[in-house]
Amino acid sequence: MTVLRENGPQVYRWTRLSIVSVAAVAGLQLLFALAPLVLGASAIERLTTLFIYGILALMWNALAGYGGLVSVGQQAFFGLGAYAVLRLADFGISVFPAMLLAAVLVAVVSLPIALVMLRLRTGEFAVGMWVVAELAHLLVNLDSFIQGETGTSLVAMLAFAPQRRRAFTYWAALATMVALAWIVFALLRARLGTAAQAIRDNEEAASSVGVPVAATKRTLFVLSAFGCAAAGALWVATTISFQPKTYFSVQWSAYMIFMVLVGGIGTFEGPVLGAVLFFAVETLFGASGVWYMIGLGATALIFSLLLPRGIWGTIEQRFDIRLLPVGYFLRSDTTSSSEPAPSARTPRQSAGP
Amino acid sequence: MSWADLIIQGALLGGYYALLAGGLSFLYGVMRVINLAHGSLAVVTAYAFWVLAEHWQVPPLVLAVVLLPLMSLVGWVLYRLVFERSLHGGTLIPILSTFGLATVLDNVLFQNFGADTRSLAPYFDTLAYDSWTLPGDIIVGELAVIEFVLAVLVLGGLHLLLMRTSLGRQIRATSEDEDAARIVGVNTRRIHATATAMAFAMVAAAGIALGLRATFDPYAGAQQLIFAFEAVVMGGAGSLWGTLIGGVTLGIAQSVGARINPQGFLIAGHLTFLAVLLARISAGGHLRSLLATQWARRQGHR
Amino acid sequence: MTLLAVRGLCAVHGLLQAVRSVDLDLAEGEILALVGANGAGKTTLLRTIAGVHAPVAGRVEFDGADITNCAPHERVARGIALVPEGRRLFLNLTVEENLRVGAVGGRKGGWDLDRVLHAFPLLRPLRKVKATHLSGGEQQATAIGRALMANPRLLLLDELSLGLSPKAIDGVYASLRTLSLAQTAIILVEQDLQRGLSFAGRVVCLLEGQIVAQGRADELTREQVMQHYFGTRLPAVGAMTA
Repeated sequence: MTVLRENGPQVYRWTRLSIVSVAAVAGLQLLFALAPLVLGASAIERLTTLFIYGILALMWNALAGYGGLVSVGQQAFFGLGAYAVLRLADFGISVFPAMLLAAVLVAVVSLPIALVMLRLRTGEFAVGMWVVAELAHLLVNLDSFIQGETGTSLVAMLAFAPQRRRAFTYWAALATMVALAWIVFALLRARLGTAAQAIRDNEEAASSVGVPVAATKRTLFVLSAFGCAAAGALWVATTISFQPKTYFSVQWSAYMIFMVLVGGIGTFEGPVLGAVLFFAVETLFGASGVWYMIGLGATALIFSLLLPRGIWGTIEQRFDIRLLPVGYFLRSDTTSSSEPAPSARTPRQSAGP
Repeated sequence: MSWADLIIQGALLGGYYALLAGGLSFLYGVMRVINLAHGSLAVVTAYAFWVLAEHWQVPPLVLAVVLLPLMSLVGWVLYRLVFERSLHGGTLIPILSTFGLATVLDNVLFQNFGADTRSLAPYFDTLAYDSWTLPGDIIVGELAVIEFVLAVLVLGGLHLLLMRTSLGRQIRATSEDEDAARIVGVNTRRIHATATAMAFAMVAAAGIALGLRATFDPYAGAQQLIFAFEAVVMGGAGSLWGTLIGGVTLGIAQSVGARINPQGFLIAGHLTFLAVLLARISAGGHLRSLLATQWARRQGHR
Repeated sequence: MTLLAVRGLCAVHGLLQAVRSVDLDLAEGEILALVGANGAGKTTLLRTIAGVHAPVAGRVEFDGADITNCAPHERVARGIALVPEGRRLFLNLTVEENLRVGAVGGRKGGWDLDRVLHAFPLLRPLRKVKATHLSGGEQQATAIGRALMANPRLLLLDELSLGLSPKAIDGVYASLRTLSLAQTAIILVEQDLQRGLSFAGRVVCLLEGQIVAQGRADELTREQVMQHYFGTRLPAVGAMTA
């Protein structure tokens, strides 16, 4: 707790609610870790899928919600991550280390991309990333190893017995999601979080007071690329097969947008909520084929127009709840009413200069 | 195929791209909205044409004329329902809402028409296959030339409208400074709705052109959006004649790429796009906004 | 004949209460100077009357009709024209195009392109010049001309002197005086107290969104207004220059 001046307001970050929440989350993570010992095969596979959705939502939100950069092309990194795993495994590297290495490699590749794409303005960046994804798809297709749209398989995974393969993939997915969540949490509590908020409020003003605008955006971009690549690697580990068309499809962006928009863009808890909801919707309606996609699109459309803060964002705003301590609270001495200062939140929508 | 032939074919293809991109460029220039549903709307028009021609036996030329105002009306409605709200949400919401719209449109089309590809060529006699032979044994498709001429006429017509008419002045004023336009008495809501309607008429024309020159399926919209976007950005976002240049550049790049490698068609287009972007960055220097539109560049007083 | 009646008007600017319960009356053809320090709420008040800024409470009546919920272009059609702070010309449009846009939403009346160019002769050679190339004084003339093209009954002038050289300001005010604006009511926001007092018939002083002083321009002295300008009681004459 920081005291600003004698008998003055105090700044604090942890409330009782947030302490409880963080403890609960840690406990939940522990429980999840034990799941393969208890639950059956199909449940483990479903949970793995859920974790991958969670990663995608977290990473898309990191870019859009915190960086203010809407990308309709994160599937580029998703596909490249899967492709990298295939190539590395073929090269002889053991599968699970290959997955981590693949994500790192894609993150490295994303840096030059960031240097070019981050110069674009919002709308141009969004579609520009889609172009990058298309290009990545085409370039990967050129590799005869992939056999064009027929695709190939991650045969190295078949060396594991099914149950072990499922368990290891599950733990890898859980560990990745947990690690990324904690990384985002830590970044938000650090300078980056404040910088991101400042940039979203007014980029020019932030730059003029010394906020490292370009570096902040680059960090979020590379992190998001890393996470999406990890998700792609995990996906190919679960499904074993790789068809470029599936992995580089813009549908992945549709999923990410749905999850984050419905959950709550710019909040920490929102993407997780969105991933859970998406998972539930997919479990219930996924088999409906086209109506499912129509429903997703319509929901994203309706939410963007009527409930742009998403479910969690609206709850947070209406009831002034903050579960995780990513913001600041001000307690003045005279009254003990605490006024939450705006934290890393919904991107400030300003219409013009 | 000689190089001259290649360039000509590419340029003619660019005419289609310019027609396709015109609506996107105009809407972006006026409202700063990149309509991610742009391609899907062109495909919707193509399907509408197909349904009306196939099942209701409406003569194709009548359709070509009727569908444009019809789509304008759709544009007007969509402005009131979707675009107007998204504009007040800031810069992110229009992208998300138009993306959601595109997803809905694509999949509704799939739901109704299935995965089969279709073409509008059969309704126009042999227009899609007729050609003229130029000196040097260069064969140019009649349709390609018509589409190029149409693009020039549409863009030129729009340019004249913007420069010479009261509506054009109001549109230019509104796109430059919406607040000031409201202050001096321009009904900016109506201007935005009108501009959207005009952009949609262009999209409709492009959709019919698409159906004539190629086959289309429910998910063809995404590819068309990417092409339109690349043409707009390469030509300089917000500039109408730039859109023509961008379209031609894209067409030529793709044609050259196709000559090198069967996959080269698309790859060359995307690589050229990125190369132009890169060139702009090195030239743009300190400009934070890489693709400063003419509007932004001249607003020195802000 | 009361042309404009403002009752209990409250407006916010972000989190700031910019206009607090302001009551104002203006008769036909009257000239009112609105003075006050920076941030006193003058511009917000003007913008609220013009309809580009939504009030949170209160009423605006024009010519007997309640226009509180009217859109800006509707108010222009009724006869209210605002010359905004900083001119806000359409820089990519020529002088003539700027003027023509001003006529679009307005009323029929005596002001048309020829008459405006006659009233501001300095603009005549600049008809086809893009507004971005104009000097400050020329821009101000164009901005006023643009508002006049709407044939307003109420002209709102916000900070005419802003960013202009003293010579240019003189020119603008000289032009204003020669215009036969007898039928047009004017609310003039002016930081230069002396000019405000000499041009207007009545003065209203705003401080932090509220009216703290008002009276006839020929009855109030500059010193009397100064006392209310910053909200402090100043010692007698000579302590401050305006």
